[in-house]
Amino acid sequence: MSVLDSKVPKGPLKDKWTDYKNHIDLVNPANKRNIDVIIVGTGLAGGSAAATLAELGYNVKAFCYQDSPRRAHSIAAQGGINAAKNYQGDGDSTYRLFYDTIKGGDYRSREANVYRLAEVSANIIDQCVAQGVPFARDYGGQLDNRSFGGVLVSRTFYAKGQTGQQLLLGAYSAMNRQIARGKIEMFNRHEMLDVVKVDGKARGIIARNLVTGEIERHSAHAVVIASGGYGNVYFLSTNAMGSNATAAWKIHKKGAFFANPCYTQIHPTCIPRSGDYQSKLTLMSESLRNDGRIWVPKKMEDVLAIREGKLQPTQIKEEDRDYYLERRYPAFGNLVPRDVASRAAKERCDAGYGVNATGEAVYLDFKSAIERYGNEQAKLQGLNNPSKEKITELGAAIVKAKYGNLFQMYEKIVDQDPYKTPMMIYPATHYTMGGVWVDYNLMTTVEGLYCIGEANFSDHGANRLGASALMQGLADGYFVLPYTIGDYLSKEIRTGKIPTDSPEFEEAEKEVTEKINFFINNKGSHSVDYFHKKLGKIMWDKCGMSRNAADLKEAMAEIKAVREEFYKEVNVPGAANEMNPELEKAGRVADFLELGELFAKDALMREESCGGHFREESVELDGEQKGEAKRNDDDFAYVAAWEYKGEPADAVLHKEQLEFKDIELKQRSYK
Amino acid sequence: MNLTLKIWRQQGPQDKGKMVDYKVSDISEHMSFLEMMDVLNEQLINKGEEPVAFDHDCREGICGMCSMYINGEAHGPDRGVTTCQLHMRMFKDGDTITIEPFRAKAFPVIKDLVVDRSSFDRIQHAGGFISVNTSGNTQDANAILIDKHDADTAMDAATCIGCGACVASCKNSSAMLFVGAKVSQYALLPQGQVEAVDRVKNMVAQMDLEGFGNCTNTGACEVECPKGISLENIARMNREFLSANIKG
Repeated sequence: MSVLDSKVPKGPLKDKWTDYKNHIDLVNPANKRNIDVIIVGTGLAGGSAAATLAELGYNVKAFCYQDSPRRAHSIAAQGGINAAKNYQGDGDSTYRLFYDTIKGGDYRSREANVYRLAEVSANIIDQCVAQGVPFARDYGGQLDNRSFGGVLVSRTFYAKGQTGQQLLLGAYSAMNRQIARGKIEMFNRHEMLDVVKVDGKARGIIARNLVTGEIERHSAHAVVIASGGYGNVYFLSTNAMGSNATAAWKIHKKGAFFANPCYTQIHPTCIPRSGDYQSKLTLMSESLRNDGRIWVPKKMEDVLAIREGKLQPTQIKEEDRDYYLERRYPAFGNLVPRDVASRAAKERCDAGYGVNATGEAVYLDFKSAIERYGNEQAKLQGLNNPSKEKITELGAAIVKAKYGNLFQMYEKIVDQDPYKTPMMIYPATHYTMGGVWVDYNLMTTVEGLYCIGEANFSDHGANRLGASALMQGLADGYFVLPYTIGDYLSKEIRTGKIPTDSPEFEEAEKEVTEKINFFINNKGSHSVDYFHKKLGKIMWDKCGMSRNAADLKEAMAEIKAVREEFYKEVNVPGAANEMNPELEKAGRVADFLELGELFAKDALMREESCGGHFREESVELDGEQKGEAKRNDDDFAYVAAWEYKGEPADAVLHKEQLEFKDIELKQRSYK
Repeated sequence: MNLTLKIWRQQGPQDKGKMVDYKVSDISEHMSFLEMMDVLNEQLINKGEEPVAFDHDCREGICGMCSMYINGEAHGPDRGVTTCQLHMRMFKDGDTITIEPFRAKAFPVIKDLVVDRSSFDRIQHAGGFISVNTSGNTQDANAILIDKHDADTAMDAATCIGCGACVASCKNSSAMLFVGAKVSQYALLPQGQVEAVDRVKNMVAQMDLEGFGNCTNTGACEVECPKGISLENIARMNREFLSANIKG
């Protein structure tokens, strides 16, 4: 048997999960009390897993670097969560959600995992409503839905523009119930700095108390990593400032394979950057593309006049606007998937049509929507011949009800009123589809070590559809891991408490302490951010929205050089035994400096364009799809899982061939 | 613009702490307040001094981590924003800006501008949940219809980000807006009814135990709340609390 056994159960796709659940080993309630599970990260995946495992009776130890689990970055997800409920009667089904997700992911995800995800999606909505998550409802009291990119049905459930917040607070409340019972021991302001393996199995972690600086040993019968994605490898992204890849990268260095690092999602609708001081980028939810139309001017003279401030976008006539998504993709229009929308924006801006001073912005315009809603409202209210102003007023009120918080956020940042003038947007790094390789059980290549949520690679292939991240995080935590981990833990009932005074814990703690002391004593000449920004620039310029072999080779060499300079010249002020945010950053950036190189190596190896990974060498040369991304199923229909061998450049590739039995591999067309 | 910053520096919980003056120059009006703090910290690191510790994470106004008391106001002079969403265009060249941590007995300072808000978590442990297990067999999400108005009002209460600006702004260091928001969210939904009596009693008891003060209807919390959580939530909590105690 090869190392990469995906452990997908046999049988027809639609029966796999049910049959599998019926046959896995269970742990009796009395034995669950003797089993400890560590969960690192308390976002949607980690939080929901912690709550559910504790409900089942396991002793859970949960860790987060923030001061409360309620602050995990899942909270920033805006638009919604998908579920195949078919409440709208528009033809949705488990199969269709499965199909859309596989197609949206450009046929680079594992069929069985995705089908299971679609299958449990409806349960998530039921569970969240039962927890008191206040989803949006219609006047009849039923749940409301909206549409997201890459699909032709309305299956997205939402809570205004704060769906991630409400779902996270739901998981947080479920955790609180278990914390109160003592079934979850919560470690806030703690960061995992290594995993401890005993006899090949994950048996615990080394964590740093971020308040006191103390290094702690924690043991368990299984370890679950739910630490999110690695988007901050770009320095600028929509991730939180503290979002990091350290937990995922540390387990990679201890034997967990890392899959498809080059699959990164550059989200099309973010607020453009304004200067070098910028610390992060802000997303404007994809849901805005339900009502907003994306355009740039057709005429170059208009572009130049706008940049000089001589012309306002509202003064440009309809016929002089290029609604380029509607032009290029008439079937999906403004709701094409994210990778397609991002590349199209880049194409226009590269051609010189960008509408702000940096030349990197396009318009997202709500004028048509405001008019459309305004006319509808006027009719509903029985107004005869309403004035233009009245229509605008009525329409703006509807837009405000739908997206008010997003419009307010935009106005606070950009200082322009998006009800009156179109928003400016540009793509930014948002989500990472790649991550730690896991099998059907969500177990990594290390026994007893699991990885869930964005941190794993499993469900989104080469591109994630909108509103599917929340679905996957909660599916993994509430409905998948609690079953699959039981199968493993059923063999641990006789193990007994894992001691933390073994040589393995000793060794791991020593390594962590040495690294911390190194940073504190290095006294170099540059701050951590200096190096992080350097890395980010290489990543964005050479591993960004479009990639080519020459750039990627350069990127690998340059990242290595920055890494070497970092270890010589990094300056970390303060001490190890106190709260020290610079020390925290140093450890995270050290890991990004390795991950970035593997990222480039993976992108170089994958000589095809698929999803978020666009290789300039692989495009359609003629026909209707001319200029679009060209996938190569004959040579690349596999998961690239990398094994750590010291330097990132020396990582060894293992392939998991992807088999599509229930779906025909087709070119992804949104035209 | 060039600015003078007066910042609270405190090495640790036991340290007495003091205000220290710093100068920053060439600050762009488009910067966020925290980006201005990044500039200061980069400056301090390059001079070999210790940077100012402050809590921050999402930098888009939703995680509730940032918590600065700026010129005598939680999250500074703008309305409806967290510190990370405050922009330097709210200030002008030559200004002196005073920056302190959120101060309350129940929020002890950990370091510089970082405070310990775990008291908020403990209040949530006491009752901020609906007791439903994850089974996959809960009833269909549309089985209980919920009036749109109630669902929307519950949502408005649920948007609280738990930053603690309400406590920092209140002369009594009261947490009643924070607790009222959670109690209201569940009180307005049918799913929250079963445990309503115990929930409000337990959460209020924990709130008192943590050392938060009482509400005297000044309304500063509502003004400073970055999410516009309404005082109505306090009234609703009082009503829930009263009826819970009558019911026993």
